[in-house]
Amino acid sequence: MTALIEIASPATGGRPRKGVGGRWGWLLLPALVLLAVLFLVPLGLMAWRSVSEPTPGAGNYSWFFTSDVAIATLVRTLAVGAVVTLVTLVLSYPYAYLMTVVGARARIWLTLLVLLPFWTSLMVRTFAWVVLLQDSGVVNQILGTVGLGPLQLIRTPAGVVIGMSQVLMPFMVLPLYAVMSGIDRRLLDAAQGMGARPATAFLRVFVPLSLPGVGAGALTVFITSLGFYVTPALLGSPDQALISQQIFTQVNGLLAWGRGGAMGVVLLAVTLVLLGLVGLVLRFTRNRGGAR
Amino acid sequence: MRTAPARIALWAFSALVGLWLIAPTLVVIPLSFTDKASLVFPPSGWSTRWYTNFFTDPRWTEALFSSLQVGALVAVVATVLGTAAAIALTRSGSRWVKASYGLLLAPMIVPTVVVAIGVYALFLQYNLLGTLLGFVTAHTVLALPFVIIPVTASLRGFDRRLEDAALICGATRWGAIRQVTLPLIAPGVVSGALFAFVTSFDEVVVSLFIQSPYLQTLPVRMFASVTRDTDPTIAAAATLIIVFTTVLVLAATFATARRNRVR
Repeated sequence: MTALIEIASPATGGRPRKGVGGRWGWLLLPALVLLAVLFLVPLGLMAWRSVSEPTPGAGNYSWFFTSDVAIATLVRTLAVGAVVTLVTLVLSYPYAYLMTVVGARARIWLTLLVLLPFWTSLMVRTFAWVVLLQDSGVVNQILGTVGLGPLQLIRTPAGVVIGMSQVLMPFMVLPLYAVMSGIDRRLLDAAQGMGARPATAFLRVFVPLSLPGVGAGALTVFITSLGFYVTPALLGSPDQALISQQIFTQVNGLLAWGRGGAMGVVLLAVTLVLLGLVGLVLRFTRNRGGAR
Repeated sequence: MRTAPARIALWAFSALVGLWLIAPTLVVIPLSFTDKASLVFPPSGWSTRWYTNFFTDPRWTEALFSSLQVGALVAVVATVLGTAAAIALTRSGSRWVKASYGLLLAPMIVPTVVVAIGVYALFLQYNLLGTLLGFVTAHTVLALPFVIIPVTASLRGFDRRLEDAALICGATRWGAIRQVTLPLIAPGVVSGALFAFVTSFDEVVVSLFIQSPYLQTLPVRMFASVTRDTDPTIAAAATLIIVFTTVLVLAATFATARRNRVR
């Protein structure tokens, strides 16, 4: 994800000139004012409501950490995120590897297949999965002919994982491909020249060198999955809700602003901690690159 | 070198993954041409009645119009603010300007539902729910990163000596930016504007919170349609969105490619 990578490298382009900062700085103001009013104020408002409603104090947080339902929701959200991350990794690793070994024309097609879902609207794709996974849907027809019988897919965590994995797959393939295409293949030849079997050379040379891509992709997919609302709301079941759905229900359905706000703050905190990890992974990646 | 069976297995596996990646697109487009009033795939007969339905049902056409209107305004506002911010970010040496880069990109990382409930609380207080102003400002914040990233990239590749040359030849600072810098970074700005439009056009979660019966965007209408009725008009809407965003993204990609060639 270019965004996360961009964040780690501060904007220093153009030849910034020392001492003229004040002359250009004002151009930032309109964007910053808008951001303050429609991003920072709302986040602050949510945090404030979490400690002030219905009564002042940390009541909503103690509710969150003692409520079985709330904790189960958080754990379920983390678990779905972990499974989605694993599924996308298993599917993306060979795919990204193939992208690095084929010719230019095949690579364009493989890239297009990844990018097409990337720019297809989330709502459109989720709707498509509702159709594909419904009880009499295509997936179940195929499963039926293979003899695996119709399975309950929609309104189950399995359906949520299938839909979310497809939606998040580009965030895994693209960083993997970026790192893999930078690996010097002569290292594999060297390992084989010294007597390693191809599989051994792959596992002990290529795989370790690709780990920074795995780390960046996995954390991006995991973080993004935590905030998902639309896909789990339409493919999952209400009693297996994820944290975003719970926040929506608390605020929009029950008007429990304090509890919804507290859940929002917890989700934000988890996201920021993980984002810190991304920074570490990227720094690690860069140091490795420098050492080579 | 990889052995032949391993290579075949790799291709077979990747082909399945590729099929899975385009499965949603493959199912939605044919489904929109079904002649039955149900979402059964594959369709048994063909008709364009669901497109007729889409363009004659005011609930759908009003949602489409709202989405186009909000998207266009977001593209304009986000492009102006984002381009100005990108110029400041790449030129100013001051520390606080550099620090604000991360802040400006934050909306794309903070979970949307968290932003949504905050914006909802604010809009409730100031009666902005379901207003054009509300939709445009909320979407602009989410779209800003998608303008700032390509425009910043363009400015980094741009040779500032061209602007210096214009200044030496007697141009004013603003004249040099308008006549030299902006035309040269135009492809980045265009691709930023298109991405801003697409961001707004696709946004669901914030829109679900700040909608009203008077103003609903297309994705919100689709969300309601998936949860309530099951008529294939939604497949027609989805197909139109696929075609429309594909054209826009290809245009944005083309603009970016041109920028690289110019450099």
